[in-house]
Amino acid sequence: MKKFWCLFFIFWPIVAIIIFWISPGMNWWFPGESYSPLGAQIDDLFYLILWIVAVVFVGTQIGLGYVLWKGATSKQDDKAWYSHGSHSLEVMWTIVPAGILLFIALYQMDVWAQYRIKANFPENTLTAPIAELTARQFEWRVRYPHPDRKFKSEADVKKWLRQPHPDDLHTVNDLRVPSGKPVLIYLRTEDVQHSFFVPKLRVKQDAVPGLVIPVWFEVQNRAGENEEPELKGSSYEFLCAELCGWGHYKMKARLVAQPEKEFKTYIDELQADQNEDGVSSDDEQE
Amino acid sequence: MSTMAPEETGAPLPHDHAHDHHDIGFVRKYIFSTDHKIIGIQFLITTMLMLMVGGALALGVRWQLAFPYESMPIIGRLLFAAEGGIISPEFYTMLFTMHATVMIFLVIIPVLAGAFGNFLIPLQIGADDMAFPTLNMLSYWFMWPAIFCFGISFLAGGGGPAAGWTSYPVLAAIKEAAPGSGAAQTWWLYAVTFVGVSSMMGSVNYMTTIINMRAPGMTLFRMPLTIWAMFITAILQAFALPVLTAAGFMQLSDREFGTSFFVPSGLVVNNADPTVGGGQPLLWQHLFWFYSHPAVYIMLLPAMGMVSDMLSCVSRKPIFGYKPMVYSMAAIAGLGFIVWGHHMFTSGMNPALGMTFMVSTIMIALPSAIKTFNWIGTLWGGQLQFNAVLLNCVGFVSMFIVGGLSGIFMAAVPVDIYFHDTYFIVAHFHYVLFGATLFGVFGAIQFWFPKMFGRLMNDTVAKWHFFLTFIGFNITFFPMHMLGIAGMPRRYADPYLHPYLEHLLPMNQLMTMGALLMGFAQFLLLGNFLMSMFYGKKCSRNPWGANGLEWTAPSPPGHGNFDVPPICYRGPYDYSSPEAEATGEDFILQTTPPPEMPEEPDSEDESASQ
Repeated sequence: MKKFWCLFFIFWPIVAIIIFWISPGMNWWFPGESYSPLGAQIDDLFYLILWIVAVVFVGTQIGLGYVLWKGATSKQDDKAWYSHGSHSLEVMWTIVPAGILLFIALYQMDVWAQYRIKANFPENTLTAPIAELTARQFEWRVRYPHPDRKFKSEADVKKWLRQPHPDDLHTVNDLRVPSGKPVLIYLRTEDVQHSFFVPKLRVKQDAVPGLVIPVWFEVQNRAGENEEPELKGSSYEFLCAELCGWGHYKMKARLVAQPEKEFKTYIDELQADQNEDGVSSDDEQE
Repeated sequence: MSTMAPEETGAPLPHDHAHDHHDIGFVRKYIFSTDHKIIGIQFLITTMLMLMVGGALALGVRWQLAFPYESMPIIGRLLFAAEGGIISPEFYTMLFTMHATVMIFLVIIPVLAGAFGNFLIPLQIGADDMAFPTLNMLSYWFMWPAIFCFGISFLAGGGGPAAGWTSYPVLAAIKEAAPGSGAAQTWWLYAVTFVGVSSMMGSVNYMTTIINMRAPGMTLFRMPLTIWAMFITAILQAFALPVLTAAGFMQLSDREFGTSFFVPSGLVVNNADPTVGGGQPLLWQHLFWFYSHPAVYIMLLPAMGMVSDMLSCVSRKPIFGYKPMVYSMAAIAGLGFIVWGHHMFTSGMNPALGMTFMVSTIMIALPSAIKTFNWIGTLWGGQLQFNAVLLNCVGFVSMFIVGGLSGIFMAAVPVDIYFHDTYFIVAHFHYVLFGATLFGVFGAIQFWFPKMFGRLMNDTVAKWHFFLTFIGFNITFFPMHMLGIAGMPRRYADPYLHPYLEHLLPMNQLMTMGALLMGFAQFLLLGNFLMSMFYGKKCSRNPWGANGLEWTAPSPPGHGNFDVPPICYRGPYDYSSPEAEATGEDFILQTTPPPEMPEEPDSEDESASQ
């Protein structure tokens, strides 16, 4: 029976490893490769940690299995090893993991800095936002600036964010961005907290009441599996990742990345469509 | 002098005044008892009942994820007949909110600090009771208003609080934001305040007792690791809890008195009037996690301590690296105060903070790793006793490895951008809180049951309970890693609405089967516990051949615990030592004087303890 329990404890990490091994093939893995350069870097960091963690997992579970097996096979009248520990072992297994952990921590900084620290944002994105994305229970509202509107400075953008303008263009649950270049949206919420999550692009940012948060990402030009010919671009689902009420699960929307030209056509069509009722955008330019 | 003990002569011995208490009556003895052992057992039984409640709520969650919008057999007809036995999204949000609330506030925190803290602290340090017995009694009885308020919150309209156990404003702060954010949320806040008061009374008591009431010779570094863990936990609780209580009052006042600590201006929530505002919801997140992250260690450290004690005993060998174990617990507690921001990496707080919190969070893996290596080292070369205690403890170590390692992914900020609020985090904290803590608790129940009731629990049933729980646990929670990697967000009443998650339904159904298995396995524990209480094999004072002071007391100990006030001469882990061999045993009680020594404790040790 002792050996049974040893095998029991050795068996399950083997199952765990096998499950991880077959998961990508079984489609229990990332929802496709990342189509954003930053997302690809996040994946790389994930795999780096996964390998380090896998080695530690296998090592500790083998260690645990080994000491159990030795305990199970020792004879009844064998004596336990009278030892209070080992100073050199303690030092070793303090310093080595400390080094590895510190390496992991420092190695992550760069991607985070690119993603979130404003000073590192791609040039000109802050003053050329594609849209303002407003979450509410339980939908996403998109507001594009008029195609002719040019922002001179960040203060100018802030002024635009502060209040809607008659010439703005609006859609719901359908966010279009040009592909192949970094794009920036301003994220906010009208009511409770939400979170903007595009699984395929590995983008996530909470929308916090009272804050307007810039989020940048880039969708690569090659559309691959996400291509939708009738949209003239590639489509990525985005959803809400922060509990926002009973309808949290159904805040489903799509992000469509189109080549620059098609994006421009789309915005122009939207502008023609939404400003046709006599509110001429040209006269109202401030 | 930090070690106080009753005088050997003069003052009546605890043993003597035990006789005075034969006539205190049933109510004073078993209900409003000031005896730490009874209070501990009260906590234990209450938390086991609450474990069943929390488990039932979890099964509701699992039912919906496996069979979304399908009529729940039998129970569905009873609970929500109006909806045809179907779980609505509103009810689903309540289910996971209350599952977490019950499990955290009414099961894990009170079972560790309340049940085992109460029962073990005086016994293991050789005191006759807690420093403040009445406060101790109140700490148990303050649980009941909490349970009552949580219960009322189910009935207060809206189907119960549904803003998650984290109760983030604005969802929780504005009554119109969700069906459960009305009166239900107010009752929830009252309840959290009551559990807070209960914990605080316990924590003050534990600190005082451990500092002042240790038996002569019980120096700090002769304390069992359980006591160290309880001591450190009590400190954590005392410093972190007031912040949660204050934040709770702030949210209450936002809700009831129209203040705006957490509500910014101009929000239009569910067609209510625009908020007047001026507040900031991130403030709540900071305050909440400033308590709730240390709370994670409050929910883990005592189990770590108890597992260390038990592993040493069932391996018949000293704990590997006693002092590194103590220091690493202290390090976990210290670092535990500066890692709360890792719950907020995607929250929009200053990104520079994200970096500092990442470094502290990743570094907290270090003391955890040291502890794991030391547990394996403790088993190494031991004369292992393959009983249910050992199995549960090894289960603890094995599961803690998984839970610890999966934490590194989310500690790394860029990777957390993807994993935040997905099922990966759900897998992680269940591996730590269930896989580690609860297996530790199951082991501890088995191990200290003889001291509580003077009878042994059935080992075979306990092994079956471990076997089924372990398998059910892993079937339920291991696939959650995969769900997380596949990008399935938490708290979704119907994830399959999204095409990229559709293919995960069969996996969720398998997980629900595992959860059912695990749920039913808990009846083995309950059955074993109740049967053994009355029909278990009677046992002597020291059925495990352990060293601690508690094993010198009768089983169960009478009022005042010890026949004679114990004097401690050695550390708690001297299994298989040469001195023990000399007595023909493989253990040596902490009260056994060294052969060449007189009865007086070593005066050097005593000064070292100050």
